[in-house]
Order: sequence, then structure tokens, then C-alpha cells
Amino acid sequence: MRGTLSDRMGAAVLMAPLLLFLILAYAWPFLGVVKWSFTLPTPGLGQYHALLTDELVQSVFIRTLRIAAIVTLVSVTAAYAITVVWVRGSPVQRVLAEFCILVPFWISVLTRAFGWVALLSNRGLINTWLQSIGFISEPLTLVRNEFGVIVGMSHFLIPFAVFPLASAMRSLDERVLLAARGLGSSRMRTFWTVFVPMTRSGIIGSAMITFVFSLGFFVTPAILGGGRSVMIAELIYLRIFQSPDWGLGAAISVVLVVFVGALMALLFRYVKPKQLV
Amino acid sequence: MPTYRPGPVSLALAVLVALFLLMPLLAVIPVSLTPSRMLTMPTGELSLRHYRSLIEDPRWLESILLSLRIGVVSSILSTALALTFSLGVWMFQPRFTAALVGFVLLPMVVPPVVSAVTLYFLLTSVSGLTSFFGYDTWLGVAMAHSVMTVPFATVLILVSLSQLDRRIDLAARGLGASVWERATRVIMPNIKFGIVTAALLSFVLSWEEIGVTLFITSVNAITLPRLMWMGLRDNIDPAIAALSVILIVITVLVLAVRSVITRQKASP
Repeated sequence: MRGTLSDRMGAAVLMAPLLLFLILAYAWPFLGVVKWSFTLPTPGLGQYHALLTDELVQSVFIRTLRIAAIVTLVSVTAAYAITVVWVRGSPVQRVLAEFCILVPFWISVLTRAFGWVALLSNRGLINTWLQSIGFISEPLTLVRNEFGVIVGMSHFLIPFAVFPLASAMRSLDERVLLAARGLGSSRMRTFWTVFVPMTRSGIIGSAMITFVFSLGFFVTPAILGGGRSVMIAELIYLRIFQSPDWGLGAAISVVLVVFVGALMALLFRYVKPKQLV
Repeated sequence: MPTYRPGPVSLALAVLVALFLLMPLLAVIPVSLTPSRMLTMPTGELSLRHYRSLIEDPRWLESILLSLRIGVVSSILSTALALTFSLGVWMFQPRFTAALVGFVLLPMVVPPVVSAVTLYFLLTSVSGLTSFFGYDTWLGVAMAHSVMTVPFATVLILVSLSQLDRRIDLAARGLGASVWERATRVIMPNIKFGIVTAALLSFVLSWEEIGVTLFITSVNAITLPRLMWMGLRDNIDPAIAALSVILIVITVLVLAVRSVITRQKASP
């Protein structure tokens, strides 16, 4: 059945267009970027040396890791709370939860970042309201800082964090929960000692996806951080378009890919790809 | 039917998260109605001037048309490439399938900013060759968007193929159908829904793509997200609020229609 000459021909003809397209438009130029990182402005490992010594670059890496860790914690926790209702709620609760998860999911990252600007800026909804009830006299600074970035990124990533959790909660054997309750365990105790441990693979998958996504985030930090809390992706953009220092931009890109690749490899040691959707 | 229902504490927390998720989407509504030229809350008086400026200002209209064109072209390209590739995988199950599919999915898992630098490298390298394809051209943007959306289209089509009964293809083959006939008259009609979904998703992803577009356009190929980005970075233009409201309403409508359709399918 498999492996005859005409079969191999058929497979080759059908699969070649996409593979060629991606080799020419993705793999080859990526190698070009790797080349930049070793040759611009002068050949050698200079850019990688700069990465290890430049204080600005290092502070951006540390900030990115810190923000990604906080965003992961916030997103997974929030996603857990709403996924419980989406998977196990009454039919009406499930429809409402699904609506609240999918509508933001399908709306563009720009619109969502803009929504936060409208809420959090000095003349935005929250400050206007707090001032009108006399709670504060001066507007609070809620955007153009790390707080705004964390809020906006968590908002973007919660729907992505939901899917692995939902998959874990759906495949969980319900009878175990009923057994725990039947043996006299309280709601709280059943949740923390039975339900949460049984969704562990979902929590790991969700945390990894959120963390990996946050590392390469560009649009939300650029808009809500207002240039003041630059993350890796924005640093790459600035190195390529503003300072022009293509070599350093390329070197940061290479390091980012290697780091994300290592994280993904780690992820797949613990979770099967199927559990992520 | 789950019999183990969330308790009051879970429900209260979920409501808080739901509010957090909806808040920024609701916040743009009052802003879009402000009579002021700046981003402020309307005080008393409401106005539709920012909605009107979307139609009257040629910049908005031009970039909407450009985004539509790029979306359609890149969606056709990525759906066609994803479809032929997936048919090859499903019909012939060649060796190294896992590795090849993994390669195709790369643009989906690599951080978008790295893909952006990669596509920037590609388009600036070919810019010298022709004037209509390369950096800051609409064809270049359409091709770059195809690179970014083709993994998603492939996943959707492979998933709908995996739900297809192999025996209908074996029957067609046994009856003497050629590869072309099997693909176009047996398999494709059965995965129509998957193909249409792949094309729609590719279009939507291209329509709202900004991370890569920022790197590969400057003054000529101003797509709608690019124009929004420019308006957001400088002096925030409330027309963006009006546009956001329209986009949110369309999304809600499409999702509502889709959920009605899937519900009808589930209960025939």
C-alpha cells in the first residue's frame, strides 16, 4: 500500500509547494538573520559578547522574564477560575463563560490594548470616575508603566491559558469528585486536594504557553508601556529601526528563539501536544 | 452532564474574571461617542463625528480596502498551500510526516517578533529585484501574512481530515479513481467545512496582523492595523474607538451566528 513509486510521486507533488514556500520564505531568510548576528557590523561573536555585557540589554531581559512570570501567574489563576465555570457550570453559566472567553479571543490585540488605554489613561474611565466621586484628586498613573503592561498582557493571554485547562478539566473522571464528597470532604477540600491535582497537566501546559507567549510580546507592551518598560521584542524593533544596529537585533532574535525552543522541549517532556487544545 | 457544579466562591471569582475580560471592550463605547477631538470621556453631549470620519477620511477607507485585498490574497494562498500539503499527508502518509508537519508549524510557535525580523530580512533582500514585490509593497505583505497564517490553516485542515473515514477513500480507490478524482470528488467535498474555516481564519489573522506588518511596511502599504497603530502611538485619535466598536460588534455577531449554527448541527 505504502511506498510505491506513484505514491511517493503523489506525496511529493502535493506536499512540495508548501514546503518550498516555507523554505524560501521562512527557513532561508531565518538563516540570513543568523548570519547578520555574526557578521554585522563586523564578523565575529561581537554581538553575542555585547549581549552578555550590555547593561541595557540585560535589564531588558530581566524585566521581560519578571513581567512574563507575573503575567503567567495572573493569567493562569484567572483562567482557572473562569474555566471551572465554563466546563462544569450549568448550561446557562457555560454559555456566558464561553462568550466572555471567546469574544476577547477573537478581537484584535490592538483593539484590546486600546480598550485598556481608554480605561486606564489619565483622562480614562477609571480616573474620571474616581475623581468624580472625590476618591482621588490627582489622576493615578495606570498606563505607561509596568502595571499597564501586566494588565494588558494578562488580558490578552487569559483565553489562551483557558484551552489547556479546559481540556484537562473535561477529561477528569467525575466519579472521583463524587467519591470525595460522599466520603465527607468539604467543597473547599475536594477542590484543593482532588480537583486541582488532577488538572496538573493542564496547569503546566497553560503556564508554559502563557510564559512562552509573553516572552515575545510586542504590541501590548509597546502601547501600554509607552516606551518606559521596554521588553525584548520592542528592543529588537528599536535596534533594527531606530538605532540601526541590525547585528544586535538579530543576535537578540537568535537568543530568543533558542530560549523558547528549549522551553518548548521542556514542555513536551511533561505534556503531550494533544493536551494543549 | 457534569453533576459536580462549581460552588458560590468559584462563581464569584469567575464573574470577576469575566468582568475583567469584558471591561476594555465596553470601555471603548463611551470614548467613541465623545464630541472632543481628544481621547476623553463624553461629558454630557454625545456625538457620532468619529464614526463619520471613518467614512469621510480617505486614509481609513484606503487602508480598509488594502487590508481586505491583502487578507483575501493571503488567505487564498495559505489555504491552497495548506490544503495540498494536508492532502499529501493524509492520502500517502509518507515517512517523516511528523517532522514535516513540525516544520510547517514553525511560524506559529516561533516568537512573532523573530518571524517579523526574518520576513523583514527576506523582503529587504528581494526589494532590489522588482518594484512591486518586496519591502513596503502590498504583495510582500500578503506573502508575509501567508507565512504566518499557513500553520493555522494546516492545523485546521489536518484536524478535519483526521475525522474523515478512510474507507470512503479506499472504496474510491478500489473502484479505480485517480489521485486527482479521489482528492477533488471524494475527500474535498467531505472536508468542505474545514477548508472554509481555514480560509476564514487565515483572512481574520491577516486582517488583524500587526506584529509582522510593522516590520515590513513604512509609508506605502498602510494596512488598517498599521494605521490604528500610528494613531495609537502619537496623539490618540478617537476614530480608533469608533472603529474598535464596529469591529467588536462584528465579532460578537459572527460568534453568535456561529454558535447558533453549531447548536443546530448538534441537535438535528
